[in-house]
Amino acid sequence: MIAAASSIAAATVSGDPLLAGHIDLVIVLIVILKVVVIFGLMLVATMLMIWFERKVVSDLQNRVGPNTAGPFGILQTLADGIKFFFKEDLKPARAQMRVFILAPFLTVVPAFLLFTIVPFGGDFSNGHDGSVELFGHTTYLQLADPAIGILFALALSSIAVYGVMLAGWSSGSKYPLISSVRASAQMVSYEAALGLSVCSVVLVSGTLSTHGMVMAQAGEGWFSFIPHWNIIAAGVVPFVVFLLASQAELNRPPFDLVEAEQELVGGYHTEYSSIRFALFFVAEFMNSVTMAAIIVTLFLGGPAGPAILGPGWLWGIFWFLLKVLAFLFLFVWIRSSVPRVRYDQLMDLGWKVLIPLSLGWVILLATYYVARDQHWNGVITIALGAALGLTGYGLLRFAIGTSRVKRLQGVVE
Amino acid sequence: METAVFIVCALIVLSGAIGVVMSRNPVHAALSLVATLFGIAVLFLNLGAQLLAVVQVIVYTGAIVVLILFVLMLLGVDEDEDLETEPIVGQRVVAVLIGLVLAGAVLAVIIIGKDAAVTGAHSATAAISPTVANVVQIGQQLFTTYVFALEITAGLLTIAVVGAVLLSRRPKDLQPIPEPESMTEMGDDPLTVTTEEAAH
Repeated sequence: MIAAASSIAAATVSGDPLLAGHIDLVIVLIVILKVVVIFGLMLVATMLMIWFERKVVSDLQNRVGPNTAGPFGILQTLADGIKFFFKEDLKPARAQMRVFILAPFLTVVPAFLLFTIVPFGGDFSNGHDGSVELFGHTTYLQLADPAIGILFALALSSIAVYGVMLAGWSSGSKYPLISSVRASAQMVSYEAALGLSVCSVVLVSGTLSTHGMVMAQAGEGWFSFIPHWNIIAAGVVPFVVFLLASQAELNRPPFDLVEAEQELVGGYHTEYSSIRFALFFVAEFMNSVTMAAIIVTLFLGGPAGPAILGPGWLWGIFWFLLKVLAFLFLFVWIRSSVPRVRYDQLMDLGWKVLIPLSLGWVILLATYYVARDQHWNGVITIALGAALGLTGYGLLRFAIGTSRVKRLQGVVE
Repeated sequence: METAVFIVCALIVLSGAIGVVMSRNPVHAALSLVATLFGIAVLFLNLGAQLLAVVQVIVYTGAIVVLILFVLMLLGVDEDEDLETEPIVGQRVVAVLIGLVLAGAVLAVIIIGKDAAVTGAHSATAAISPTVANVVQIGQQLFTTYVFALEITAGLLTIAVVGAVLLSRRPKDLQPIPEPESMTEMGDDPLTVTTEEAAH
């Protein structure tokens, strides 16, 4: 409702055409319908994702995996969920009760909200703008298209930290507390890398709105067969940084030090049981699905793709699902193949590799665009910029090396 | 609609602010601060300042309060503090006085200014161009009109970072921790038998 009110003012600039004019009851009902559909879709997608992950991991480990409930064990998650509902809700004696109850919701609400800005369908082929007709109104197949777009995702991921942090703290137990201290440090530091790689995409697309990003990536690509996706247009570096940082932000293996079973029992949700634990569990897998959708939107053109036969909006949904599924498989593949990193390795990767790399890349991209606008020689400018960046990096390494040698000498003497 | 959102947010902001001051548990106080900052973010949205709202959430709720909570957890300040002792003598009286003066100043502006002070308009100045997006306008202004202020702020932050690194640096003449002095008069290895005892 708030977004609706403010988008009237910004309607001349961008946003969903549904909310551009006068808002009557039909439009409100359409928005509510979209909310309900997306809510249901997210729940089903999460259920399937949990099953998919268990099944693929067991396949990769030569096990059978869930196979009893329903065909191929597809209803296993449902059975687990029902079991969670009927379990006793344990409340630890030393828990801070109010915060203990609040924490699961702080995790699960951002997980649901995050999907609102993802365009999940629509016809983007042959210069269409992805809008569809719904009960006589033109609209996008996404819940909200605010002008701030992808910044909304960053804001939500910074709120999601609270759920993990407070869950660990309020449990009144040692291992969850260690877990939540780890989580807060990890998620805050990887947010910087995440934001900087998003910055590159924003530079290339020239907009913050997710719909605008998909529009910028749709259409005729290079040599008319390589799609005009940001993964190529922004260089591969932001994509790789975003992929790594998103895995760390989601606390997924190999960056799952927050819930490292061997060290911390179960991590921040050790003391949780029954439906409260289920909320954490659902949020975790829902975030995986949403993060895959956001990666697809940012770097792989979202629902953009050719419409071969039949209605274009259906093809949009098809391409979107295909791309998301590919990323979900990649996530599970990474999880089952790479061993967990050490905490200092995690922090080194975040602060010493990903952040400088993505920062340097943003500056290089900006240099390229300035050169293009000023009609400078692109190759020379880029080479000069890269050389400057590398010189700076070399000097930094030299300084770090020297200081380390001096420190070691001081210790030895 | 706008008024309804404003009233709800104002209630959240105020109750959060009261919670910050009244909570006996530091973590609860920090959480109340989050509620206040969040309410202000929604108020920004209500005024059409979307970028400001998101920056408010990302920077204040997402980074600063998380760091406050991080320190609280790391130091284990989760027991209820003793509120009877005052670290600075007379700070409570001064705090009440300053609070009253500030509230009085705000009230005075509203009462004296009447309609001129509270107009209900979205902003004092209109958007520079109604057809260009909010964020684009802010970006253009930052890097043209206000580029000097931007660079100065960047310099200030860099100085702060350098200062933090300097403070957290290890001292130059770092000594390895010395061996603890021997606990017994016979030296560090009391289990070995002396030659005298061996003779027996």
